Amino acid sequence: MPKRVGIIGVGSTKFGELWDYSFRDLITEAGTKAITDAGIDGKDIEALYIGSMSPGLFAEQEHISALVADYAGLSGIPATRVEAACASGGLALREAYIAIKSGLFDIVVAGGVEKMTDVSTESAMINLMGAGDQEWEAFKGVTFPALYALMTRRHMFEYGTTIEQISMVSVKNHHNATLNPNAQFQFEVSIEDVMNSPIVADPLRLLHCSPITDGASAVILASEEKAKKLSDEVVWISASALATDTIALHDRKSLSRINSSVIAARNAYEQAKIKPKDIDFAEVHDCFSIAEIMAIEALGFCEFGNGGKITEDGETALDGSIPINPSGGLKAKGHPVGATGIAQAVEAVLQLTGRAGRRQVDDAEIGLIHNVGGSGATSVVHILER
Amino acid sequence: MAKGIALHWRLIPRRYTLLGTECRSCGEKFFPPRQLCPNCRRGAKIKEFKFSGNGEIYSYTIVHSPPKGFEFMKPYVLAVIKLDEGPLLTAQIVDSKPEDIEIGRKVEMVFRKVIADGDSGIIRYAYKFRVKRE
Repeated sequence: MPKRVGIIGVGSTKFGELWDYSFRDLITEAGTKAITDAGIDGKDIEALYIGSMSPGLFAEQEHISALVADYAGLSGIPATRVEAACASGGLALREAYIAIKSGLFDIVVAGGVEKMTDVSTESAMINLMGAGDQEWEAFKGVTFPALYALMTRRHMFEYGTTIEQISMVSVKNHHNATLNPNAQFQFEVSIEDVMNSPIVADPLRLLHCSPITDGASAVILASEEKAKKLSDEVVWISASALATDTIALHDRKSLSRINSSVIAARNAYEQAKIKPKDIDFAEVHDCFSIAEIMAIEALGFCEFGNGGKITEDGETALDGSIPINPSGGLKAKGHPVGATGIAQAVEAVLQLTGRAGRRQVDDAEIGLIHNVGGSGATSVVHILER
Repeated sequence: MAKGIALHWRLIPRRYTLLGTECRSCGEKFFPPRQLCPNCRRGAKIKEFKFSGNGEIYSYTIVHSPPKGFEFMKPYVLAVIKLDEGPLLTAQIVDSKPEDIEIGRKVEMVFRKVIADGDSGIIRYAYKFRVKRE
């Protein structure tokens, strides 16, 4: 029987437009916080995995694996950068998990970082389109909001999902973010605010879109033996699943469901030997508000086509039957793309160890985190248990 | 942003004439073209295939916040088009009345300018679509 892998420490920077932070400042602060939280020393760390989508375009900096080890004072250890667009963080977590599961290491750090505001919003939009198909999508004037708008239109057409239901995702996530001191947006929005915000790609409006964010997060993973020695509140990773789909949206079997998420979720539930109803809360990839609806359907929290309905019914609110994005989600906590997958793990650990403050989900014992790259070409699902 | 000329040149037959590929082993047709059939893999026999340019709107959006280089045409309609031969692609819809843009509407390919690299750079052309006149 292979050993379990646990998380023994977490850390995040504040998320937002952090003009006084550089790329390296961000990840160094997150990593330092995680090491302090774990109660270990930097020299205990045997390897690091770092997720970042596009430091080359956002900061003109490549070779960040060695850079991050360097500024963390860890030069000498093996350091690896992984990339799957907005799922880079989830991928880093999974690589760190595999590294321990394989028996190669006992203590590994997984980090995620993106410094997005050193370029103009216009450049950031172009950089993010690298997550799609450059030759056959971007070339035609496609933006990421446009891709999710194409999915939205199809979801509305096939299932009768309404723009009001989609807007309720934004309203809920903004509310949750007001309870999260690290979140980018600390204010409530009403359905009217969302529905009257500037139109970006019809039917999606500005307040259906996650923002451009600077931020970094880190988690310390340990083998079962080490974790039990070092910590008395270990959060165990009971499943780690990754699945892919076509790079271009138009090549998918369906535009109204994220099939890579369906596959990754099924695989994760099998590994953890649980069912969707056993999950107490989930952090899902709501890069656009329609994406949360498609995520909760793919993860099995409701039937396909019912995501809008259960959102409207309040089931996904903090006090609902399946709280979704207690952190505020990508929409309101912020979306520093490469950091997001790790930030979701940080939130899940805080929830499972009763440290989530005013947004604490009652009796949280099992959490799921769901990280998507691009328009759904990559999905990463982890299940965490106390 | 100026890019290498070959980047556009090599795709000219594809983008100007909807020249895709076909797997002669299983019959599936590909646009954008693929040189490896995901069904038959190395057993596939891939040949060139020219699409008719007829299809229908599968989904659409109206882009109000365009990327750099596309500002002059905003707002514009972007659609996923299902070609009559099977594959789906992403393209702009032009020369059509707003009220005619809807899922299921028949469209046909037209040849249009897409974007220019500044005032003196390369002008890129490709397929766009318009709603078919009944």
